[in-house]
Amino acid sequence: MNFLSLSPFIVSFKLAFWTTLILLPFGMWFGRWLAYTRCSAKPWVESLVLLPLVLPPTVIGYYLLTLFSPESFTGQWAMQLFGQPLVFTFPGLVVASMIVNVPFVVQPMQLAYGTMPIEIREAAWVSGLSSAETWWHVELPQVWPGILASATLVFSHTLGEFGVVLLVGGNIEGITRTVSIAIYDHVQAFEMQTAGWFSFSLVVFSLAALLIVRLSGHNNVAAKNYR
Amino acid sequence: MTNSVHKNTDVAANMLDVSLQQRSTPALDVKMRCNAGELLALVGPSGSGKTTVLRSIAGLQAIDTGFVKCASTTWLDTKNNVNVTIQLRRVGMVFQHYALFPHKTALENVALAIRDKSTKEKRLLAASWLERTNMTGMENRLPRELSGGQRQRVALARALAGNPSVLLLDEPFSAVDQQTRRKLYRELAKLRSGLEIPMILVTHDVLEVQQLADSLCLIHKGQTLQQGTVHDVITKPNNKNIAKLLGHQNLFTATVASLHPTLCVFKLSDTGHLNGPVVNLTKGASVTLLIAPSAISLAISNEICSKQPNLLRGTVRDAVSMGDEWSITVHLDAITKSLRFRVPAHTVSPEQMKPGYPISVNVRPSGIYVIDDSFNTVID
Repeated sequence: MNFLSLSPFIVSFKLAFWTTLILLPFGMWFGRWLAYTRCSAKPWVESLVLLPLVLPPTVIGYYLLTLFSPESFTGQWAMQLFGQPLVFTFPGLVVASMIVNVPFVVQPMQLAYGTMPIEIREAAWVSGLSSAETWWHVELPQVWPGILASATLVFSHTLGEFGVVLLVGGNIEGITRTVSIAIYDHVQAFEMQTAGWFSFSLVVFSLAALLIVRLSGHNNVAAKNYR
Repeated sequence: MTNSVHKNTDVAANMLDVSLQQRSTPALDVKMRCNAGELLALVGPSGSGKTTVLRSIAGLQAIDTGFVKCASTTWLDTKNNVNVTIQLRRVGMVFQHYALFPHKTALENVALAIRDKSTKEKRLLAASWLERTNMTGMENRLPRELSGGQRQRVALARALAGNPSVLLLDEPFSAVDQQTRRKLYRELAKLRSGLEIPMILVTHDVLEVQQLADSLCLIHKGQTLQQGTVHDVITKPNNKNIAKLLGHQNLFTATVASLHPTLCVFKLSDTGHLNGPVVNLTKGASVTLLIAPSAISLAISNEICSKQPNLLRGTVRDAVSMGDEWSITVHLDAITKSLRFRVPAHTVSPEQMKPGYPISVNVRPSGIYVIDDSFNTVID
């Protein structure tokens, strides 16, 4: 593979790794909350969670650029937090990627918790298990296909993310130049064969990721076992 | 290691005392008591609040005001801000659909409910409870590999394995077939004889109550209507509405016609009278007569000719053959009401069971229970 630079792969996988690692605990907590809450604002919260799915990436990118701008209050706050501006930097790319991936992490978790009958949790409580013990012994083994689905979807979606990444991260070799941006660059330069190889690698990875999700869904112990 | 659950001889000290009130939906006003070793059936139609009461006892549902006391320990007292956590209440509960942990084997399900023991002890104790619930040999099966009855047994073993202070059974037999249900009744009856804790069975099946329970608490629309021994509540309902809720069909409005030292004559209509038990009522008082189906028999021909006091004439409205019996509805001539009862199949011919066929029945006076209508409360 000497005709393909490894740098975009490294940036993409690094971005996907950090996004997944940081977002997954949040998704598990938030998806669980959404599955069980009776809060009247639930439809609003759900709509906000799903918003990145329907908005054009350029719109999200625009707002993030505005928010991350060192001239804005949020941008200055982020600069204090990260020690550098978020625009055109890797941390900025991670934050943007996390926002775009919220529906991919929350939805499968909400679904996984939603299909687990509440009686099972209650049975654990009356059996003397604390909330933490219930989560470890009862909930986690039931929702692991959801966790796997969330992680796989976030990872593969981050690898393929283009619009927001380009707007927020730009195209800096070794820092913000991901595989999808590399494909765009090669197409612009009429290097169709290189662009093809990069594209093919993403197709293979995305297909493998989807297969993992589907197969884990088929082996969903919780769905098969209850009743 | 012990398999016993609270072998405390002080029955009153281990009593469960419940008083729950709630204005918001589901509205509740329930008071009940259950002694140690007693199986109390909480009976009522669907939506009457039975499960809410059970969940409130377990701590799974918050309640506006009230208290729950068990074995001299207060679990809930809204006045004094006492609300013991679900885990500390030590409740054994069998859920309607068992709620077994689907990824754990039968043994692991039971072992998870055992606290403060080593893993080895937990497994041994769990195995012994599975043995007591006739589940030996199925310890390593997952819930999905078990039948409905077997799951129910595992759920019961799990509920008892944690050495609970009270056993709560939420319609545990509703999801199994009739044959399995009969088998499980027998097993529960056998198992409960060794349990010295209050037990509450939620059901809407009066037959189930008669076979399993010691006492009965009838609730309707979240209100306790009557509590007492199963026999007393079923045969002596406090009012007509309670009798209806318990499924009694032979209820007749009457007035006290005359009072005698050994009997009382009740007037059903201008032409219909029935002799019943002596009651402490005045002449002319309005009553409802509850006639037990077992007190009704078909009159034989020589009785029909005689002037027997409790002989009621009518015609067959419908009759259904049910194996060894006929279930008959007779339209009475004296009043525009029907009487329902069963007779052994060999005592009647199919000809006699055709609609419109004239028929006479005898009503045994001791099988009549008199409800004073002045105590009737209105229930929608």
